[in-house]
Amino acid sequence: MAAALAIRGLRGGRIPPPPHPTGPRRGAASGALQRLGEWFYEVEVVLGWAERLRRRRLRRKNAHYSFIQSLHGHNVAAACFAMSCGGRVRFEGQQRWLCADSRGRWSPEVLQFHHVPVVAVDLSGSQLTYDGLDNFVLLTKLQHLDLSGCPHVDDWALGRLHVFGDSLQELSVARCPRVTERGLATLHQLPKLRCLDVGGLAVQSPGLLRILLEEMLPQCRVLGMEMEEGDPPEAPPELGQPPPPSVTAL
Amino acid sequence: MLRAVRGGRAVWAPRGGSGSGSGGAKLGRPLRTAAPQRSDIFRELGPRLSRLGQALRGQLPESEGAWNSLRPHQNSPPPPERADVVVVGGGVLGWSVAYWLKTLENRRHGMRVVVVERDPTYSQASTVLSVGGIRQQFSLPENIRLSLQSATFLRTINEHLWVPNEPPIDIQFQPSGYLFLASEHGAATLEAGVKVQREEGAKVALLSPSQLKAKFPWINTENVAVASYGLENEGWFDPWSLLNAFRRKAMSLGVYSCVGEVTSFVADTADNTPGMPRGVGRVKYVNVRLPDSPEQQPVSCAIVVAAAGAWTGKLLDSATAGLQGSLTLRRLPIEPRKRYVYVWHCPGGPGLETPFLIDTSGAYFRREGIAGNYLGSMSPPEGREPDVGNLEVDHDFFQEEVWPRLAHRVPAFRSLKQVKSAWAGYYDYNAFDQNGVLGPHPQLPNVFVLGGFSGHGLQQSPAAGRVAAELLLHGSCAAVDVGRLAPGRLWGSEPLLEAAIV
Repeated sequence: MAAALAIRGLRGGRIPPPPHPTGPRRGAASGALQRLGEWFYEVEVVLGWAERLRRRRLRRKNAHYSFIQSLHGHNVAAACFAMSCGGRVRFEGQQRWLCADSRGRWSPEVLQFHHVPVVAVDLSGSQLTYDGLDNFVLLTKLQHLDLSGCPHVDDWALGRLHVFGDSLQELSVARCPRVTERGLATLHQLPKLRCLDVGGLAVQSPGLLRILLEEMLPQCRVLGMEMEEGDPPEAPPELGQPPPPSVTAL
Repeated sequence: MLRAVRGGRAVWAPRGGSGSGSGGAKLGRPLRTAAPQRSDIFRELGPRLSRLGQALRGQLPESEGAWNSLRPHQNSPPPPERADVVVVGGGVLGWSVAYWLKTLENRRHGMRVVVVERDPTYSQASTVLSVGGIRQQFSLPENIRLSLQSATFLRTINEHLWVPNEPPIDIQFQPSGYLFLASEHGAATLEAGVKVQREEGAKVALLSPSQLKAKFPWINTENVAVASYGLENEGWFDPWSLLNAFRRKAMSLGVYSCVGEVTSFVADTADNTPGMPRGVGRVKYVNVRLPDSPEQQPVSCAIVVAAAGAWTGKLLDSATAGLQGSLTLRRLPIEPRKRYVYVWHCPGGPGLETPFLIDTSGAYFRREGIAGNYLGSMSPPEGREPDVGNLEVDHDFFQEEVWPRLAHRVPAFRSLKQVKSAWAGYYDYNAFDQNGVLGPHPQLPNVFVLGGFSGHGLQQSPAAGRVAAELLLHGSCAAVDVGRLAPGRLWGSEPLLEAAIV
């Protein structure tokens, strides 16, 4: 964990750390289990099993709704998937958002929107992963996508959003602990983007990144990546070389 | 007592007596011409003891710099006498094969795999000196499939290579894609390549010059007929993290890692084994020379994996030099070729969206970080290859060949401020057809050759390692049919050419 932080060069503890594979619930019990795992092979193997179980559960949550897709079309399938993740969805021409109830069941009225395109999806705080985006890549008229606070959305997942290049206008990846400036660089594939929320991301030099994002997406409003109060404009990170001589005869 | 003394003052001071430690007769009152010496001794006692403690701890056998006369090879143990598979070469391909062999073996600890690496600092290894790009834009379906599977592996790297109690692995992948530019001369090849890539499932877009200019306004589209842009699973990452991740996971699965140089093979040939057909040999022992010593350790093994990168050809030549009696080994055309990489700073250069751009002339560059640094180079034209004896950088090559071409393509680079640094590395170049070699050597059936990837070894290493392990364990590979990459083609007449070699 410390090594990953050192690689990214985080300065302060402001940003939530990315979820450690041994679970985001770092209670006293799991900390003790980890320490035991350093001493006993059996505990280490059990920790490995627990991690595999967690991953299997995550994969099942992000399954591809291909059956519903073949029956009712990709819009309905995307809506069903979003609702089963605990998110909300809005169809074209509708004012209200559709979501599952507190028990996780969604009403079958969504099936009537067979040919109506989905225009807005709200998946904030859900367990969406790269594989879960399989359910959304066929949407052609998606305008608003909210992925804030998703702990498993990373740079690879952002790289898949290029399919919404023709329609996406609002995107939020705020507070996603695994998104870095490398994933944000792929957002230039969304030229119609008008509003991008990147608050609470774990990046070095947020001020510089904000300037670069504004240059990359000139018509887009970038929210959330402010330079910290009182931070002097820092020199761009050197590559660890002493000041070299300039190129001769240039 | 020590803690009190470190404070600088003795908690208890003996009453009377002079400062000198002579003991002797007690005086009536202390002679105080200077500060009492006894408290000096105590004041320095604490720091002296802690320095002594540090010096002693540094000498303990477990510490880094200690030399123990009884166990001089403690930090780099010699290889075991018997092993099942010896992997020669500890680069990313070698460790990938070792990892997959241990992952795919049927029974836990069923195989003893030893990885022998000559240089633990990796000062000349192609892996760590690589620019670290991964792309699917090849013209050969095998290459595309290997790259795609490697990209999937890298995306799910924590599922495969995570070791409990370690932080999650971060290879710092930047999914910015590759952009190949083609003039009219190469447009047909590029389009044919894109067709094959799409059939294999890679997501590649073809761009016309106007679309290119709209997407990347800093490009000068003169002489560009068409461009292909990778949309997903393409970009660059940190090779050192991948190598370390493979190594750590493989060692946690029980792979032995040794420092040494493989000098020769001891093989059964027709000379010393009755019934052996002529022209074929079977390696029984691998002689490993230990570092800084003339001592050789013979390791008996069933399979040798020659994954020595750029020196695979040299390894097989020198290792089989003694067998030339009945077994004239044909030379493996895998050799090192030196390539330079230059890093420069250009504040007004292309922005955050910069892909890995490969120009019509072969020059390439990519962004490094977000601070306006770029790195790039060009492969020298045929016939003007630099000398491979050392890794010295030729800065004139940048001035005369690379910079004019890049400045023509990206006008912002004309005001290039300075070349910050440069380095050189070796391609493990397959002089026959610049494609990977994967398969058993036709004359030494238990030597598995894995190399010659000519610049795309790192990006194909996870999948190539898996294919190699499956070929060794199961005899066939279900995922990718790599029959065409077998070493037998190297001495034939039909090179398996790859169009998109950078």
